[in-house]
Amino acid sequence: MTMPDLTKLLFGRLTWEAIPFHEPILLVTFCAVALGGAALLGFLTYKRAWGYLWNEWFTSIDHKKIGIMYMVLGIVMLLRGFSDAIMMRIQQAISFGDSVGYLPPHHYDQVFTAHGVIMIFFVAMPLVTGLMNFVVPLQIGARDVAFPFLNNFSFWMTTAGAALVMMSLFVGEFARTGWLAYPPLSGIAQSPDVGVDYYIWSLQIAGVGTTLSGINLIATIVKMRAPGMSLMKMPVFTWTALCTNVLIVAAFPVLTAVLVLLALDRYVGTNFFTTEFGGNAMMYVNLIWIWGHPEVYILVLPVFGVFSEVVSTFSQKRLFGYASMVYATVVITVLSYLVWLHHFFTMGSGASVNSFFGITTMIISIPTGAKIFNWLFTMYRGRITFDVPMLWTVGFMVTFVIGGMTGVMLAIPPADFVLHNSLFLIAHFHNVIIGGVLFGLMAGITYWFPKAFGYKLDPFWGKCSFWFWLIGFYFAFMPLYVLGFMGVTRRMSHFEDPSLQIWFEIAAFGAFLIAIGIACFLIQLVVSYRRREQLRDYTGDPWNGRTLEWSTSSPPPPYNFAFTPIIHDGDAWYQMKQRGHERRLEGYLPIHMPKNTWAGIVLSGISLVIGFALIWHMWPLAILAFVSLVVTAIVHTFNYKRDYYIPADEVAREEAARTELLAAHV
Amino acid sequence: MSDTHAIAANAAANPEKLQFWMTEDHHPENGTLLGFWLYLMSDCLIFATLFAVYGVLGRSYAGGPSGADLFELPLVAVNTAMLLLSSITYGFAVLEMQRNRKSQTLLWLAITGLFGAAFLGIELWEFSHLIHEGAGPGRSAFLSSFFTLVGTHGLHVTFGIIWLITLMVQVGKKGLIHENRRRLMCLSMFWHFLDVVWVGVFSFVYLMGVLK
Repeated sequence: MTMPDLTKLLFGRLTWEAIPFHEPILLVTFCAVALGGAALLGFLTYKRAWGYLWNEWFTSIDHKKIGIMYMVLGIVMLLRGFSDAIMMRIQQAISFGDSVGYLPPHHYDQVFTAHGVIMIFFVAMPLVTGLMNFVVPLQIGARDVAFPFLNNFSFWMTTAGAALVMMSLFVGEFARTGWLAYPPLSGIAQSPDVGVDYYIWSLQIAGVGTTLSGINLIATIVKMRAPGMSLMKMPVFTWTALCTNVLIVAAFPVLTAVLVLLALDRYVGTNFFTTEFGGNAMMYVNLIWIWGHPEVYILVLPVFGVFSEVVSTFSQKRLFGYASMVYATVVITVLSYLVWLHHFFTMGSGASVNSFFGITTMIISIPTGAKIFNWLFTMYRGRITFDVPMLWTVGFMVTFVIGGMTGVMLAIPPADFVLHNSLFLIAHFHNVIIGGVLFGLMAGITYWFPKAFGYKLDPFWGKCSFWFWLIGFYFAFMPLYVLGFMGVTRRMSHFEDPSLQIWFEIAAFGAFLIAIGIACFLIQLVVSYRRREQLRDYTGDPWNGRTLEWSTSSPPPPYNFAFTPIIHDGDAWYQMKQRGHERRLEGYLPIHMPKNTWAGIVLSGISLVIGFALIWHMWPLAILAFVSLVVTAIVHTFNYKRDYYIPADEVAREEAARTELLAAHV
Repeated sequence: MSDTHAIAANAAANPEKLQFWMTEDHHPENGTLLGFWLYLMSDCLIFATLFAVYGVLGRSYAGGPSGADLFELPLVAVNTAMLLLSSITYGFAVLEMQRNRKSQTLLWLAITGLFGAAFLGIELWEFSHLIHEGAGPGRSAFLSSFFTLVGTHGLHVTFGIIWLITLMVQVGKKGLIHENRRRLMCLSMFWHFLDVVWVGVFSFVYLMGVLK
């Protein structure tokens, strides 16, 4: 075997050509990331933080810590996804007529693909999953999730997927296909390079984590509720989390399957979506939207839950129409499977099919509208305080209704034939995803931050962040509605008509306002940390909350509740406060808890290697890594000692410390 | 659940004295079997997608061979018998597990694994035969979807066998302890699930495929 053959066998398609030395933007980015990364690693080593991070965080199976790690992942990836966004906004604002802008089309196409993929899979999903992970066990009075190890594993698989996307920035390239990678463009004939393979394997690896975390949270909510908490006494956030996880388990397998088929087309030469030998590309589009539409609700349902909690807490009132809220959530869950075809009315499926899907789509606005009215009626005659979470909620209600209305416009098939693939669509879905999901996540982060860390976020910088986001959003996306009406299609890196330019400039201005909003959020984190003594929450109940998570200390002890609560009412903690409950201060019992494990992070690291090897066709490495994945998983199952008891006197010490704190500060 | 009702009744009768904290240890029901069911259903959706794809593309022969030209029903019948028998023998293993007889359990598990291996062997032979005849997965959309659907099932059986061997070692080492029983029940569900899927493959792909 000659040297080049051996190199080819070991490294597959990977050569020095794959490192983008010739792209100055990427080179600068790489230097910045490398320097920043080195500085961070150096700092952690200097602080001797590695042992702490490994023992207390990376291997932790505590749902609270895993939830926080999900949030960190989401926020880091938000910065990446937003960099892509602002690059696109600048390019479109300057690339008119003779000016070609600064991003060549093949780079621009990667940027918009990466933006979509990252924002959905590695920003919105981790943030939503993180919130559910942190909050749900606390809200149902449980000590952890049903499968704590699986929870850690899920997180690391999601992280491995994100890492793979980040690697595509500096080794090779990302897909140039748009975020859903429609064939035949994503087929091997049109996209022979590694971009689509990065796309496939990062989503497959992250998808394993998402599906498992969905199963985990359903089992948690079904099996682990505190005694007395019937389904109709669950907090609304837990209800929406349940529906979301049902959607995850029922939708993500379809994504897995369809990506397997695309991968087979690319790797094995099958003909599922090719244009020859009987393949059918529209089947891909159908299948991916059978996952993709429920995905939208996977993201938005939990934040509907966040808004429900926030509205009722900051209006100091029981949520208006609890039962209708639950039914609306369930109806949306079911309907989300009956609308997928509205993403491609122009496929040509005929008037009857289009009418069916148009009507089912419009019907979804009914339960959603019911929710909006429930929130409004909760506020009506409430004692509203405009803390930061409430600001996000009110901003959401106004913005989301606009997005909902443009959605109903798009649901009308004849109107969709005109607006399809235009910037009107882009404006619409950013309107609901930013105005809905993102505002909800910000509300949720601000609302539960004191529970997670023991101090509130600084309200001044929170308000700055809110107003810059809100105003920035309107500046950035209202022009896109206008441009959509003028017939401008999406995914263009260059325009000839100078009369369009002003709208793109306004949109770019909006993106800069949003950038300031994000900066304010980051400043808020730093300022709050530095002012943590003033912002400290000693009571565990900083907002006068209504649900169980506020009954324990902030941050909660590892075991969450020293005694399992008994539930008599939907607003369980509020009722306890009304009835003048007393904390139980004696009779502590040893608490059964799961042990930390290395398996999650190791298995996900091996999966990352498998993904990378498959992308670059490094077959020996792929086989080696796959075998070691199976062996590691098997070795892990030979460990039967997975739990331990927190001794009763340790619980007693922890609770006594809280008693002192409460006595000193309340 | 009975204590839940008692609490509710107590709350209605005596509004002043509500008990808010449990005095004894709270043991939520173990969620493993539910969780495993949920996993199986998610896996079922993967198969559902592959069946749907086969439903759409199953007659797109692209001028190549059809199911009627390729499938040999007697062979598939033997294959099906192997898998169905392996399900029965797994059932015997579970019966022995409930009687707490370790070596009999292991024996039936081993027989199950042999039936599974026979099934896989026949399937692999069929695949190599088809590819040898020029009817590989790239020949037509029909064959792509056929190989993917049947191959995914075969892959599941392969992992089932690896899991089975692992569990046999674990039962051998630790005996029929609580954890191992739980694992045996999970694998049992997995194994029977694969059987059910195969019944679908057999009817939908092979039986309907040989119809002209």
